[in-house]
Amino acid sequence: MQALDRKLLRDIWHMRGQVLAIGLVIGSGVAVLIMSLSTLDSLNVTTQAYYERYRFADVFANAKRAPDWVARSVAELPGVQTVETRVSRFATLDIEGFPEPVIGRLISIPESGQPKLNRLALQSGRWIQPQQHDEVIVSAPFAEKQALRPGDSLHAVINGHRRKLTIVGTALSPEFVYALGPGALLPDDKRYGILWMSEKALEAAFDLDGAFNDISVSLLHGTAPEPIIQQLDQLLKRFGGTRAIPRADQISNWFVMNEIEQLRTLSTILPAFFLGVAVFLTHMVLSRLIATERSEIGLLKAFGYRSSRIALHYMKLAIITALIGVIIGWVLGVLAGRYNTEMYTEFFRFPLLIYRPSMNAFVIGTAISLTTAIAGALGAMRAAAKLPPATAMQPPAPPSYRRGRLGLAAIRWFDEATHIALRQIGRWPVRSGLTSVGIALSVGLLIMAFEWTDSIDYIERSYFFDAQRQSMAIGLAEPQSTAALSEFRHLPGVIAVEPKRTVGADFSVKNRKHRGGIIGVAPGSQLQPVYDETAARDVPIPDSGLLIANRLARKLQVVTGDEVWVEILEGRRPGAFVPVAGTFETQIAMPAYMNLDELNRLLGERPMMGYANLLVDSNAEDELFAKLKEMPAISAIMLRRAAIEAFHETLGSQILIFVGLFAGFACALGFGVTYNSTRIALSERGRELATLRVLGFTPGETAYILLSEMGVLILVALPLGCVFGWGLCLMMASAFDTELFRVPLIIDPSTYGMAVLFALFASVVSAWLVGMRVNHLDIIRVLKTRE
Amino acid sequence: MVEQAPHDPVATLRARGISKVYRTGEVEVHALRSVDFDLFEHELVVLLGASGSGKSTLLNILGGLDVPTAGEVWFRERCITGADDTELTLFRRNHVGFVFQFYNLIPSLTARENVMLVTEISDDAMDPAEALSLVGLSERLDHFPAQMSGGEQQRVAIARAIAKKPDILLCDEPTGALDSKTGILVLEAIEHVNRELGTTTAVITHNTVVAGMADRVVRLADGKVAEMFTNDVRLPARELSW
Repeated sequence: MQALDRKLLRDIWHMRGQVLAIGLVIGSGVAVLIMSLSTLDSLNVTTQAYYERYRFADVFANAKRAPDWVARSVAELPGVQTVETRVSRFATLDIEGFPEPVIGRLISIPESGQPKLNRLALQSGRWIQPQQHDEVIVSAPFAEKQALRPGDSLHAVINGHRRKLTIVGTALSPEFVYALGPGALLPDDKRYGILWMSEKALEAAFDLDGAFNDISVSLLHGTAPEPIIQQLDQLLKRFGGTRAIPRADQISNWFVMNEIEQLRTLSTILPAFFLGVAVFLTHMVLSRLIATERSEIGLLKAFGYRSSRIALHYMKLAIITALIGVIIGWVLGVLAGRYNTEMYTEFFRFPLLIYRPSMNAFVIGTAISLTTAIAGALGAMRAAAKLPPATAMQPPAPPSYRRGRLGLAAIRWFDEATHIALRQIGRWPVRSGLTSVGIALSVGLLIMAFEWTDSIDYIERSYFFDAQRQSMAIGLAEPQSTAALSEFRHLPGVIAVEPKRTVGADFSVKNRKHRGGIIGVAPGSQLQPVYDETAARDVPIPDSGLLIANRLARKLQVVTGDEVWVEILEGRRPGAFVPVAGTFETQIAMPAYMNLDELNRLLGERPMMGYANLLVDSNAEDELFAKLKEMPAISAIMLRRAAIEAFHETLGSQILIFVGLFAGFACALGFGVTYNSTRIALSERGRELATLRVLGFTPGETAYILLSEMGVLILVALPLGCVFGWGLCLMMASAFDTELFRVPLIIDPSTYGMAVLFALFASVVSAWLVGMRVNHLDIIRVLKTRE
Repeated sequence: MVEQAPHDPVATLRARGISKVYRTGEVEVHALRSVDFDLFEHELVVLLGASGSGKSTLLNILGGLDVPTAGEVWFRERCITGADDTELTLFRRNHVGFVFQFYNLIPSLTARENVMLVTEISDDAMDPAEALSLVGLSERLDHFPAQMSGGEQQRVAIARAIAKKPDILLCDEPTGALDSKTGILVLEAIEHVNRELGTTTAVITHNTVVAGMADRVVRLADGKVAEMFTNDVRLPARELSW
């Protein structure tokens, strides 16, 4: 091994603290990238594998009662691979010890074994046995939330008859990764469950012998779903079919894809910021580190080493340092990615997990880190190599000082030690500025990581508390006349009741389309009015026209006054041009509202409602629940508090899994920068500090000079960091804009506080570590040896 | 080329009209004012002068570590003034060995490795162990600088300077940081190298006693040559004392 290489290895060992701290900065950036992209890739691969292995269908459709021969016609359509028909109905469940009514979706399965499509992943227990018509397999998340095990039983009101069902197994299904109850915005596994029952039992219970009301179709590879959907719609039309949907619009899959889409946003934007900041910090730290080697560079030149050879030496230093960081990043990234993927798999309840670290992330992360490190080293190297060796070996000539430079006239009020610290900053304004910017960037990243909680809290507050005032919404199995309101009004504990109706609808303006729904609200609604989150006020429902979310207006590119073609996806499927009467701001979904009367007119029906919003005295809740369980016309009961819980579990925990890891890496990065900045300052000024010790300064006073300078830089960095944080959050908010929800730019003062506190903590620890070194400065050696 | 007669020695280095002005902030410091200087083959010259007399600046310029503000330096038949960085690097690598007051050893390398640092980049170098034995350090090959005394460190620096068999050995206050006993050991090493290898040597010092071991003594003051004389007899280094 060449002598220069030995020097390199020993230098690295000697500077291991700093090398590790730089490694931590690079590692954080690389780890975040690898973690994010690996999680994303793995989730995509796992989802596809799950769908494939359990034969998730490509097209789904419903009918009221379609004879079995229709299925045979569907199977003959070109492009169709497999057809599976089922009976699927809702039922009210009664679970012992749980006062609230629970909605179950009953789905038929063959007694003999797995269906051809939408197969079940049995998690516990066994398959139903032939002839045992009261045996059910329940969805595993529901079973867990309700603490139900094979062998337990529950009661269900099936087509008006109360029956006792015995659970024989629990299962997962690709169809119900997200099990969304009728009318629910978010899944609630406690109050909504899937029950798979014998085909024969359900056909008998719903009088569907030789018929079906639910059909799933898988397509040959490369077949587009649209033509099949059209033909399916034609075939099912006279049997009461509603529009068939492709897999992309299947509600569970739509949610999963939306989650993965959100993850993609997080996975590209956050690591980009992160790596960007890490790159800046690496460059800054490495170039300063090499600048302190100025005299060794001079010495090597004096021996006759070529600049290129010396550059190579320091490049190796940079590369090894970067590689250490990259390896830290690989290991942490792969582990964090695995952990993150596991969390998501658990969250989505996938029965399998395929973890695939993203090769792209490895390549991108490594390339960027190495390039930056080399660039940082070369920049500093070039500056040192430009000097004649004699000059390089001497300490840099002291720059000319002037009193009051940089407006520091006030420094005469401070003691001499503080003068030194302040003048040092004034002497190297660029370097000092960069240090402050570096620390500020890490503070900014922390703010961005912490800000998520604020945004989620804000969404929760405005959506569930400011905009909604009902205790619960009761979903009706079939729309009923608004005359039924009085029936609800007389139920125990009910203080107020308001009607509501939602219908599926396609909106189109020219070639821009959106499939969503229209919510019909009665004028003067108080319980669940249209609420503008930005203005924080109710928006009165106009007599005619649509009131749509700004996000929907942007998607359709319409403004107030424009007309939208609306096609209702129910009943006779009427269509009409409806003007946009106004827009409002909301963070969740892209709702469209209409006056309930006008919606009913559009449907060509009498005053009808699909939901009743109730305001209930909480003391009378149990009594009310008992009554509701007996009402056969009810298909869903959505409690506001249950929705809040679901929101926490769905959006909240999903994002917080990710953000928690980000916050961890942001902390590592912040610490790496602060420690390095302080440590390098010590290397740069070892001689000066030793001189002060010779002059009789105590170690504490000596450390003060060094640390007070850092202190000033950190004080400048903190407010700057808050500004950076605000800017990063702003960029994040504008980038994070999915159809499901938006992230508002909300930063709680405590978030700034947390980030600042962390930065201060990192500074104190760094100061302590470096302060220890000042205590142990070998004065004689420092003075006797060259600078 | 005609063979030079012994009484008309060949100048290995020839400096003519060398001036050097440093600008530190707003102050101009004239370190050298039109100095003429020759360094003849195989001789040992001692450059005397008080601190600030310009002797280190002269040495740095002669060794190609620094460039003069005015004047020319010739190495044998070649003018090195105005040479670019690459040429100066090659000049130093192939022809000049340096010894500094503060040794300038690489602390993370052993004595042998510090010497290897130089032998690795030269074509016709000694074995590092041989160079170290020339300065009496055969026993300390694998010691790190921190494990050696100042005198030993300085001798490693000398071994490092001569290991590549330079034409010129330039020593800047080699005994400046040492006590007299150790300093003499170091001077002995320099003397030994000059005699055994015939390396043209210039030693800078402010210590007039050292002048006794020189073939020729040059005294600098205020950036000019104030005095120059030849010793009739070179005193052995071990007979010096201060």
